[in-house]
Amino acid sequence: MARSVRLKDHWAEKRLFGRRVIAAVLVILLLVGALFSRLFYLQVVKHEYFSDLSQGNRIRIEPVPPSRGLILDRNGEPLALNRPAYQLELVREQTPDLEDTLARLVQIGLLPAEDLDRTRRTIQARRRFDAVPIRLQLSEEELARFAVNRPDFPGVEVRPRLTRFYPKGGTGVHAIGYVGSISEQDQERIDVPNYAGTTLIGKLGVERAFEDELHGQTGHQQLLVNAQGRRVDRVGLSTPQLQRREPIAGNDLYLAVDARVQQVAEEALAGQRAAVVAIDPRNGDIIAFVSTPTFDPNGFARGLTYAEYNALSTDIDVPLYDRALRGVYPPGSTIKPLVAFAALQQGVIEPQERKFCRGAFQLPGSSHRYRDWKKSGHGSVDMHMAIAVSCDVYFYSVSADMGIDRMHESLSLFGLGQKTGIDIAGERNGLLPSTAWKRGAFKKREAQVWFPGETVIAGIGQGYMLATPLQLAHATATVAMRGQRFSPRLVRRIRDSQTGEIRDLPPVALPSVPVKDPAHWDIIIGGMVGVTNDPWGTARRSQTGAPYKIAGKTGTAQVFSVGQSEKYNEADVAERMRDHALFVAFAPADDPQLAVAVVVENGRSGSGTAAPIARKVFDAYLLPPDGTAAPVATPPPAAGVEE
Amino acid sequence: MKAEIAGPGSSSRAQRTFTLSGRLLEALHIDGPLLLAVLAVCVAGLVVLFSAAGEDLGVFLRQAARVGLALGVLLLVAQIPPRILRAASPWLYALGVLLLVAVALVGDVAMGAQRWLDLGVIRFQPSEIMKIAVPLACAWLVHDRPLPPDFRTLVALAVAILVPVLLIAEQPDLGTSLLVAAGGGLVVLLAGLQLRYMLGIGALLAGAVPVLWHFLHDYQRQRVLTFLNPQDDPLGAGYHTIQSQIAIGSGGLFGKGYMNGSQAQLEFLPERSTDFIFAVIGEEWGLVGLGVLIALYLLVIARGLYIAAQGQDTFSRLVAGALTLTFGVYVFVNSGMVAGLLPVVGVPLPLVSYGGTSMVTLMAGFGILMSIHSRRKLVAT
Repeated sequence: MARSVRLKDHWAEKRLFGRRVIAAVLVILLLVGALFSRLFYLQVVKHEYFSDLSQGNRIRIEPVPPSRGLILDRNGEPLALNRPAYQLELVREQTPDLEDTLARLVQIGLLPAEDLDRTRRTIQARRRFDAVPIRLQLSEEELARFAVNRPDFPGVEVRPRLTRFYPKGGTGVHAIGYVGSISEQDQERIDVPNYAGTTLIGKLGVERAFEDELHGQTGHQQLLVNAQGRRVDRVGLSTPQLQRREPIAGNDLYLAVDARVQQVAEEALAGQRAAVVAIDPRNGDIIAFVSTPTFDPNGFARGLTYAEYNALSTDIDVPLYDRALRGVYPPGSTIKPLVAFAALQQGVIEPQERKFCRGAFQLPGSSHRYRDWKKSGHGSVDMHMAIAVSCDVYFYSVSADMGIDRMHESLSLFGLGQKTGIDIAGERNGLLPSTAWKRGAFKKREAQVWFPGETVIAGIGQGYMLATPLQLAHATATVAMRGQRFSPRLVRRIRDSQTGEIRDLPPVALPSVPVKDPAHWDIIIGGMVGVTNDPWGTARRSQTGAPYKIAGKTGTAQVFSVGQSEKYNEADVAERMRDHALFVAFAPADDPQLAVAVVVENGRSGSGTAAPIARKVFDAYLLPPDGTAAPVATPPPAAGVEE
Repeated sequence: MKAEIAGPGSSSRAQRTFTLSGRLLEALHIDGPLLLAVLAVCVAGLVVLFSAAGEDLGVFLRQAARVGLALGVLLLVAQIPPRILRAASPWLYALGVLLLVAVALVGDVAMGAQRWLDLGVIRFQPSEIMKIAVPLACAWLVHDRPLPPDFRTLVALAVAILVPVLLIAEQPDLGTSLLVAAGGGLVVLLAGLQLRYMLGIGALLAGAVPVLWHFLHDYQRQRVLTFLNPQDDPLGAGYHTIQSQIAIGSGGLFGKGYMNGSQAQLEFLPERSTDFIFAVIGEEWGLVGLGVLIALYLLVIARGLYIAAQGQDTFSRLVAGALTLTFGVYVFVNSGMVAGLLPVVGVPLPLVSYGGTSMVTLMAGFGILMSIHSRRKLVAT
């Protein structure tokens, strides 16, 4: 075909085109042939098979939900289990008139009238052919009532399903979380096909954060269903082969939490609005994670009625609020050991240097008097004494010398003002103020100025400074470990449902707190031991009779505002204006195994209210369970720590 | 109109009516056989659509209005002589590329893809223009060069095709970019691309598959994987394929009857009035119905290829041939995907699927065919 001279030859080109068209026609015929073979195969050869699938007895692919992974405490004590229940399901595609069906379900008392809207929305958010649960747990009586009326409700079926059960009720609910119906919003964060048969999804805490581990893989099976969408077993010549793929169960989680310690803490806090976080400082394991009041998560798995949910969410004590994770409180005097450490690092003061406390402090050139909690003053105090007796004047003075930005720099090394990185969502940052923060936080120029007085009160954990109980426990653990830090974690091990293999999650180390002189740790830990052991220590009663040594720090924080827009009576207001009581501590002082932060809202006194609670937590964790026989390897007296 | 010109004898009256309408069509540059075949497909489509859309009269009327509008476009385009079309080709192409770039920069995002350009009054997809502009531009590139095209011409052609194809694929609209590529590629094939080049390009494409795979969006990859094994994910991505095969297969030889397809009517079959309408025909009219439909399509294609073969210059032949064959690709890609021969790409069944954008482009293409055919004597002199 190659020609030496390339001229346009119209006849040749026309012939070339003609040949190409013929080739195209051949290709078209080939493709049409292929298409027809395929159609012949589908419509003639396999016609009966597909006919069975579609007409008369249609096949429905039904998802087989996996069983959700269990949640166990660190000793294998079950905290969240699965148990069978009867649930009412509706398939929109098979329901002739959705509105009418729902209305009649309300009529026979199987659907609360106030849930009608929510149920309708849930149904419409799912695919037409999905079975949507509309009641999660039917009672025996309801089951019978539905059985009688069943012929009137095409597309509605009762089905046995596994539902979530929390054997310990409200224990640890803020850590464990709970499961509830898959809502419209949940639809957006899940792989929809994998949730085709799933009713419940983690809503909070570990149940939510570890949803992917807990859920597992949905299996599916083919079902023969008749025109009404009911399952039928067919015997005949052309019974199609029904396929089934088994689901893969979710993985079990072992929490770091010790259910026994958790319960002790919850009992100690009963009737209070309070939080306790207890951390093993050596790896960040959260041994107890308490926010009270608690609530029973079993209601959510059962499906709360609108009224029940309303009662829970508008309760003046906000039980749904996770105070340990999201409650922000002024740390009060519990911040003092950290401020002392900061002052040492910044070279503001020497440990032996003494300040004289006359009961009040004044900034140079100012007449404003910053009072000490003790009117008569503490006299001459060094750093150890200042921590032990919680001398405000000492810390006013040290903070004024240090300045807010240097304080910010040193305290942020302990994780204040930042998320601790706990393995569940929703954590709050708290607030560690600085001049830069104030410039960014306020609109008005005059409000952006940082005043020296604000530095003074920051030194005793008041003013802008805010921290969550989790942050306080984390910072205390950091002190206990002399600067070594771990992200707090609720989940410690994961058991693979397929292999049965248990995988230990490694502790998540955070950057350590640098120290100029390791002896500085001895100074502030010594001060904290003084709080509980010195004759003048503010919390000496909490050490009485304990076979291990506690290092702690008390605190009270002023309440600057009453809760949100709750309804309250006058007695409540008075009660809710009281100071918050705080206590942070770790023990044993020379071999730290547990760091605890206690915040009791309106509890008035750190030493009187909060410290005894911490003591109970320490006893529960460090002493043998029965508490009577005490063959405790009593820690040897801490040599270098005490004077 | 016809009745007014009635003559005295009944037989001569019929004859005269026939010749008269013939003259009318000629004056309007309309090709009777092609128009009839196209109309037959459209009518069949409307009938099927009424059932597929669940006897929704609104949908039916809107689609009928679109057919009318598209026929108007056909009539308009048929009035443009091929030489003007040829002269306008590069400009139309340049305009199309500009609009595609504009879409990439400022286009509206609808259903996760950036395809639409909002001109205030109307929104349209510039990628549709390219379905016609690319074959025109390719034919323009080769029309005054000796054929088969030499290497330099081939490079120019490759660039002219790849630029819009990549821009459209990026939107992402795999279906349209595939059709645009087919339109340009068919011009090159019809221009006499030599066998060694074909093999070379084939090898190149085979080599490019892993690279392309890398650039596909997750959902596109999922579609390909699902095509390879639909049972793997019967509740998710495989659902379409499984349900459409059940629909077709259960239709059998003669179908379940009009408006009686349980798969379609009970909404087991998704997208049944748009991309998957082929399955509705298979379910309700059976293999026979699909055979008739495919025969109608073949009539359109046969007439188109006849017009192309009769074309009196290279440009006309290439344009007519490529547009016709692209139409064939359209039919095959859609029916192949519904029947489970090809992965699911968003290509509607031409002239039948509900929706207006592609209908207008297709009719404009037929207008070009008619313009070419009706003016061949003028060019010959």
